[in-house]
Amino acid sequence: MSGRVISIWFFIGLSLLVNGILICGAGIWEVFNTPANPVVLFNLHASVWWGAILLICGLAYCVKFAPGRA
Amino acid sequence: MMPFLAMEIPTRLVHLSGVDVAIIAFYFALVLAIGFYLRGRANTGEDFFMAGREMTAWVAGLSFLSANLGALELMGWAGSAYQYGILATHWYWIGAIPAMLFLALVMMPFYYISKTHSVPGYLKLRFGEPARALSAISFAFMTVLMSGVNMFAMAKVMQIVLGWDLNFSIWISSLTVAIYVALGGLRSAIFNEVLQFFLIWAGALLIPILGLKEAHGWGHLKVLITQRASAQYVHLWSGLGHFSTNPMGIHWTGIVFGLGAVISMGYWTTDFLVVQRILAAKDLRSAELAPIIGAGFKMMVPLIVILPGLLGLALLPMKLVPESVAAVTGGHSYNDVLPLMLARYCGPGLLGLGITALIAGFMSGMAGNVSAFTTVWTYDIYRPLINPKATDHHYVSMGRWTTIIGVLISVGTAYLVMHSASIMDYVQELFSFFIAPLFGTVLLGMLWKRASGWGGFWGLLCGTVSSISMWAWVKADPYALRYVALSADAKALAQDMYQALWSFIICVIVTVVVSLLTQRKTDAELTGLVYGLTPIPSVGDVPLYEKPLFWAAIVIIVFFILNIIFW
Repeated sequence: MSGRVISIWFFIGLSLLVNGILICGAGIWEVFNTPANPVVLFNLHASVWWGAILLICGLAYCVKFAPGRA
Repeated sequence: MMPFLAMEIPTRLVHLSGVDVAIIAFYFALVLAIGFYLRGRANTGEDFFMAGREMTAWVAGLSFLSANLGALELMGWAGSAYQYGILATHWYWIGAIPAMLFLALVMMPFYYISKTHSVPGYLKLRFGEPARALSAISFAFMTVLMSGVNMFAMAKVMQIVLGWDLNFSIWISSLTVAIYVALGGLRSAIFNEVLQFFLIWAGALLIPILGLKEAHGWGHLKVLITQRASAQYVHLWSGLGHFSTNPMGIHWTGIVFGLGAVISMGYWTTDFLVVQRILAAKDLRSAELAPIIGAGFKMMVPLIVILPGLLGLALLPMKLVPESVAAVTGGHSYNDVLPLMLARYCGPGLLGLGITALIAGFMSGMAGNVSAFTTVWTYDIYRPLINPKATDHHYVSMGRWTTIIGVLISVGTAYLVMHSASIMDYVQELFSFFIAPLFGTVLLGMLWKRASGWGGFWGLLCGTVSSISMWAWVKADPYALRYVALSADAKALAQDMYQALWSFIICVIVTVVVSLLTQRKTDAELTGLVYGLTPIPSVGDVPLYEKPLFWAAIVIIVFFILNIIFW
């Protein structure tokens, strides 16, 4: 096969990054706008820190496996 | 294995917010983008059907595992954990790990050195055309049916969980799969399977984390389960001394010999759906490492499947019931436990990610079936039996069209299942019985040079016919269960184990007897195909930590430790 294929890890990173931004953003919004029927353990704000973890991992993958990077 | 058959649907389990829908939409956009991007990379047969044989050990290993980690698996085994307790873990540990390591260290060299495109292709080289034709036709037929069954199951789950229309789910998922597999071939399917692997962990890992927090740790969770069910729900082996002393109604011999030695060996080493991923590895060392990497992660899957089921048993306020009861009463079935736990802990965004993980699991399972079907149809049926002299370009075109036709047949099967729900159970059960005799045939082919072409063919045929006959016998006369499964107390899963064991034994006996009565191939013809006649290449002068054997030893040690801890 000719030419360099964009790494699968870049696509993984992109997916984690976008999902992390959306989830973390939704979690932060909920911190200031408590829902009428919060989920169990809402006080732990899982969306915020889990979204942040996904965001950081995704960013790291996107940078490390960016297209064109050796 | 997993009956999503309730025709009257209760109110949806979860409601999606705008951000959840955005996450799902982004997933669909990404997989289609990957398909279009890889279109230009699938121009030759080797590229389209074998992903260019250039996958690294990690990509091949994660794809190998993901092809099996569909949403039906996740939801079905979480439901089984609720129903049977920690015993369901056997299907992830003894029912997978030894077989994956056996594939890596014993069988992979023969598959890889023979440069076969498929498992039926190996049977052609080892036993001749009749064995290949039998295996290829049964595999192609069952695979496309399974794809349709899974498609219907996905649509059913989406209807139950999200309230989506069945037709919408079937067509949107099948068109997406058809586009990205037809464009990018196996490479596209593999890329999406690896993506699915990450989505499943990202979407499901929070459930055990938050669940254990709510249950105040594993120790207290065991106390809660003992109170709500029994102490046997948290022991892997201690209740298996008799059929009646464990929730599953199974004896340890069924688990060790039926599940561990036959069913799992058959599935993980001869089911082309999973083996195809490893054949795409870039070299022999990667091909050996890939199943070992898969085994390492497979051991951790109970964390996101079995543990949520156990947490549901301990923490959910309502009592879940069998699917048939839920259909009548309108309550929640065992199979709902994972979505219920998802809805319990996951707010907007997280819920979308969890649902995306389920959709991704369904779609990559479908893509796995379709890509395997396409390869077997093109290389093992169309090329040898219909059009042997076409160009490589023609076979690639055939592969793309077969992908689309395979998806359309799957859609047809999905609608067929919709109108005759019992077909779904039958197809899934039957499919699992084909692989036990196939394992007997492939194993003897690789390890016994005296096995002849006709021995392989008749062994495979008799083993397959016997497994279907036993299944039909019990269906027609439930009293027969005491003969097939050795006990009238045996449950459905126990019956599967013994049925597989008997069909494997019949296959081996017939193969041996017929082989001794017929002419074998010469040693020269068997070079590269059989143990003892094949020089196995060294993995090279690499450090200890890069050798497959080293990592296989680590995995097996952890496997024994885990079984002892949860004994």
